[in-house]
Amino acid sequence: MTIFSVYIINKAGSLIYDYDSPSVNRPAVEKTFSYPLELVLKVFDEKVVVSFGERDGIKVGHAILGINGVAAKGRILEDGRDIMETLATEANYPINIKFGKPHLTTNEKIMLASMLHSLFAFGSQLSPEPNSSGIHTLETDTFKLHCHQTMTGVKFVLLTDPKQAHVDAILKKLYEVYSDYALKNPFYSLDMPVRAELFDANLQQVIEQADKLGISNI
Amino acid sequence: MTIFNFYLFDRHGTCLYYAEWNRKKQLTMSKEEEFKLMYGMIFSIKSFASRLSPTDMKEGFLNFTTSKYKLHFFETPSGLKFIMNTDLSVGNMKDVLHQIFSSLYVEYVVKNPLCELDQPVTSELFKTKLDEYIRGLPQFPIKATS
Repeated sequence: MTIFSVYIINKAGSLIYDYDSPSVNRPAVEKTFSYPLELVLKVFDEKVVVSFGERDGIKVGHAILGINGVAAKGRILEDGRDIMETLATEANYPINIKFGKPHLTTNEKIMLASMLHSLFAFGSQLSPEPNSSGIHTLETDTFKLHCHQTMTGVKFVLLTDPKQAHVDAILKKLYEVYSDYALKNPFYSLDMPVRAELFDANLQQVIEQADKLGISNI
Repeated sequence: MTIFNFYLFDRHGTCLYYAEWNRKKQLTMSKEEEFKLMYGMIFSIKSFASRLSPTDMKEGFLNFTTSKYKLHFFETPSGLKFIMNTDLSVGNMKDVLHQIFSSLYVEYVVKNPLCELDQPVTSELFKTKLDEYIRGLPQFPIKATS
């Protein structure tokens, strides 16, 4: 899979649709520790994250996903124990901790979508050339973000592998799917989150096709 | 191909150096405000990219493009940020930005005892050397059509 996620942002900057490809391998490492812990942890954004001490695939920024097989829910475990307290108690050791890159929550996605919306505007404002549009693509070493803004201000955002080609065609196709299955749905009110089964199914199909066959066929 | 302008920020967000070559559009705001806006944008993009990334990042944000220009970004571990705007036909500029850091900034600013490190660069030598270097790049010439 070379397509990671799809986001649709309305003209006011709020997220109206998001899709994450289920086959993306998020790194997760499980390891047994003895007292005292050689990692420095801190609570950040209601999550317990590693702030110092990378080892064995555990990276700075990874969050604790579970302890001794019990999944973590924010800064507490599912059985109600506080993670930081559990880790500070010597009697709990040896202890098995699972680390990984945390999934984005819906709230975080909404925040990132509005962030992109304003970054888009800054991009055109700071242009050294006149009449520049906003950000089209944004490249990092792990992914490339493609943004297609329609005439009506709706943004289609695609997160892909940096090497993925012909993304413009996929974006256009997604726009087509959106106009066919979201906008023609009589129960859909404009600028509101898209909740339509047909749209979901068709979007997924476009992405799967793009991944499997290359773009020539869509 | 052409290079529009170049920004150098330190880790606190102070603009250490700014230079421009073929810039057509001047903003209505003052340079100072423009620097703040640029630093704020880069700072937000960095945080945005690291949160959005599905896997762990090594270098992080590299560049972005709009319909008219491409912004290249390079950051050193000490937090110096090198930003260069070019037109869309320019490929990877990481080596160029690294070169500006290692053989211009380090040589003519860091090794100059009269240069304060967290103050804007006033050294004429650095200014000339950078200008010379940029003008000598294969990416610099403007196409005959424009």
